[in-house]
Amino acid sequence: MEIANHDLSAQAPLPASLHQVPGSEPRVSIRNLNFYYGQTHALKNISIDFPDRQTTAMIGPSGCGKSTLLRVLNRMYDLYPGQRAEGEVMMAGDNLIDPRLDLNKLRRRVGMVFQKPTPFPKSIYENVMFGVRLHEKLSKAEAAERVEWALTRAALWNEVKDRLHASALGLSGGQQQRLCIARSIAVRPDVLLLDEPTSALDPISTLKIEELIDELKQDFTIVIVTHNMQQAGRCADQVAFFYLGELVEVGASSQIFTAPRERKTQEYITGRFG
Amino acid sequence: MPDEPKHIVTSFEADLKKLRDLIANMGGLVERAVADATTALVSRDPDIATRVIEGDAKINAEQHNVEQFAVKLLALRQPVADDLRQVIQALKVVTDLERIGDYAANIAKRSIVINQVASNFPLAGLGQMALLVQQNLKASIDTVGEADPQKAILVWRADQMVDDLYNTIFRELITYMMEDARNISACTHLMFIAKNLERIGDHTTNIAELTYYAVTGQTLPDYRPKGDITSTYMASSD
Repeated sequence: MEIANHDLSAQAPLPASLHQVPGSEPRVSIRNLNFYYGQTHALKNISIDFPDRQTTAMIGPSGCGKSTLLRVLNRMYDLYPGQRAEGEVMMAGDNLIDPRLDLNKLRRRVGMVFQKPTPFPKSIYENVMFGVRLHEKLSKAEAAERVEWALTRAALWNEVKDRLHASALGLSGGQQQRLCIARSIAVRPDVLLLDEPTSALDPISTLKIEELIDELKQDFTIVIVTHNMQQAGRCADQVAFFYLGELVEVGASSQIFTAPRERKTQEYITGRFG
Repeated sequence: MPDEPKHIVTSFEADLKKLRDLIANMGGLVERAVADATTALVSRDPDIATRVIEGDAKINAEQHNVEQFAVKLLALRQPVADDLRQVIQALKVVTDLERIGDYAANIAKRSIVINQVASNFPLAGLGQMALLVQQNLKASIDTVGEADPQKAILVWRADQMVDDLYNTIFRELITYMMEDARNISACTHLMFIAKNLERIGDHTTNIAELTYYAVTGQTLPDYRPKGDITSTYMASSD
């Protein structure tokens, strides 16, 4: 039987790159990004925007390229020979992968928090001030103010204000991770990168970090890599699904988790990959 | 959906199948209720009518079963994408099915009364409308299990014919009442029966719309032509 007069063409899927979350200017615009680990082509022609003061979650199976993209955003790959990026990663007029770009300046603008908490074996106070000291000369009063600001924004101040000079290693895992977030935001970056920031934490600490992400996006553009699909749904305004080095689909999280356009996305998020 | 690769977690796959089976089972009960209510009316059989009325409790219980199971799936599996849409579809389809069951029971109740007040009244038109409604109902319930959006569009459109028949029957009954005031009692019941069938048709289109949403992730447009014009109908005194 033929279906007549039902024009569904208006609902035909648009190319993935045209489905950015509306309502915010991009803070970072990536165009035609390719990345190579030696001969391995790890990111293939990626184009995506990270909207200002919104959270973008990158999801996908292991080895899909999402963590590689985070490493590109703050040039961590520079540390390793044989790794190279091509294309454009534009932020405020600078191409972040331009070899002439001052790395210290870049890393002040793009903060990163890792999967496992990485506190330095120093006091809580010194951990927060560590990055700040590299970039700014602050008076003692200004430094104290900055530490309080960063710890407050990281929702840790009330728990540590009476022991700022105690070792950071004495904090719980969840507190250590929030300290790392405080250390990252203390330099007042534009973009905050979070690489599976809660995978080593218990559920309550995880929720505290998620609440924190929600708070922090008022001031920062956040990009989070997570293997936890529910977390991506809860935290992110925009979700990008990567597979085998390609950006399969990007869209509002509500759209990705209710009606993904791409079959591969659907198979991955519903647990049919196999 | 049937043509998708299977879930890695087989028990989730089994849960979704169970959900579809539960809806199919409830759909079967509802189809049977509408068919029996029609038979009770056309064959003037009060025993069948009583069976439909008593059977409504079973339909309501099935609705609760499906709802409980769907809520459990939401809580424990946290489905997304087409899985989520299937669960939402289930929750909404059973509401439509339950309401169709209510209409069937109401038709059965009225058939008993009509049998008492007007045993020779012609019922062929209503019988024809009921048949069409049953065909569409079966097709729409089938779309749930078959996950067939094209068939869903066909069912969605087919309600127009039910509405056309309803308008004809409505006018016919008005004429009978105007011809002879003694027909008013029977015709009023018949009018409610026709309206019940027309409403069953509307819930049938809801089920088709839900299938379309569950499978494609998109909603059918709002502009399905509404064929029921009786709400603005006025009898002329000529």
